Amino acid sequence: MTAFLRVAALVVRKDLTVEVRSLEVVATTLFFAVTVVLIFAFGFVREGLAVEGVAAAILWITVAFSGTLALGRTFERERQADTLRALLLAPADRPAIYAGKLAGMLLLMALVEAVLVPLIGLLFQAPILAAPLRLAALLAAGTLGFAAIGTLFAAMLVRARSRDVLLPVLLYPMTVPVMIAGVRGTAALFQAEPDLDLAQFWTALLVFFDAVFVTLALWTFEPLMTD
Amino acid sequence: MTTAVKVQLGLAAAMFAAAPWVINAAPYEATMGLVYKIYFFHMPSAWMFLLGAIVAGVASGRFLFGKRQASDATAVAAAELAVVFGLLALVTGPLWARKAWGVWWVWDARLTSSLLVFLIFVAYLLLRRFGGPGADKLSAGLALFGMANVPFIYVSVNYWRTLHPKTSVVPTLPVSMGIPLWFCVFAFLLLFLALLSLRATLERQRARVDALYLSLDEA
Repeated sequence: MTAFLRVAALVVRKDLTVEVRSLEVVATTLFFAVTVVLIFAFGFVREGLAVEGVAAAILWITVAFSGTLALGRTFERERQADTLRALLLAPADRPAIYAGKLAGMLLLMALVEAVLVPLIGLLFQAPILAAPLRLAALLAAGTLGFAAIGTLFAAMLVRARSRDVLLPVLLYPMTVPVMIAGVRGTAALFQAEPDLDLAQFWTALLVFFDAVFVTLALWTFEPLMTD
Repeated sequence: MTTAVKVQLGLAAAMFAAAPWVINAAPYEATMGLVYKIYFFHMPSAWMFLLGAIVAGVASGRFLFGKRQASDATAVAAAELAVVFGLLALVTGPLWARKAWGVWWVWDARLTSSLLVFLIFVAYLLLRRFGGPGADKLSAGLALFGMANVPFIYVSVNYWRTLHPKTSVVPTLPVSMGIPLWFCVFAFLLLFLALLSLRATLERQRARVDALYLSLDEA
């Protein structure tokens, strides 16, 4: 177990070091997320005010879009230098490598969400501070579910042709439960009178989803990444 | 084509030819009249769609973990059939809904989850077609994830919306409606099995030709 955690931590550290030096993925993903929110604003703002109840949907769609972009870029970098092969050749547990990649992805998406949530609160008058801990729990559970499937799919698509278009094509139908639970749960928290029970139901569903898909990904990473 | 497949195909063809008379013999439903009779093709298609999805998921698991090459061919065949029958269900459903509910499409739990599972299998075929080398393994992973996702899709969409009649209607149908229904289910099942084994055989032969080409290049 300690070896597993050590390998995962090393993979995270490697990814962070590469990222801190170039800021390529963080900078482009953050800017992309802000642009997507602005495009939604032009679609949904009438007479200077946002159409009611769109904030939750915009938040989660932006998370999904920018998450896809970040996943694609992160693994494209590994592919260009052929470093994913080196990583897989390392005498380490394959599932630990997956766990490290997933943790790095979660850190990146958490950073993007830390900018995204206040921005949406600001631009769409969403009450993001009505139940901040529950919103954070919902976001964390949803992001984990999205990233768990996304990391596995992006990793396995590294060698595939037309991977850029295939990643969203495979990822979006698969993560629809995350989108529904995330949007409904967040909408329940953004109501004038937050519906905490409903938000809790959706968070619980997401936690269950995470448990199943993280397990399944850890289990299938080895056979999927072996030639 | 083996004898079993020929028998299945012949029987299925005969049953489909006879189906209009069998369905015509079923009584009219009290509120929907004639319109409900699309049900006799709609529900078997939907069941074969689910059967295809399950077969593809299980075969993919066997391929991925058991390294059974033959299972991969079964998975492809089942996934293609899932898309074909899913399309049938998704076309007959709105036709019926237009008359029964007055709209082509409603965001009901069963419709939405069928559409999503259908999309996952379309994605499976896209990945197979455009994924390049190694796509067989990747698509096996996708099918496995898709199968694990079905309960989540169903629960999440169920809490989101619901309108479609529950499946529990089937045991309560009067015999005069039940016989044509099971007749059609059986006809669809025969067709499904025949197409599954034909397509799987074709896929196995294609894989074998590919392997021969490769060994010829190396020689």
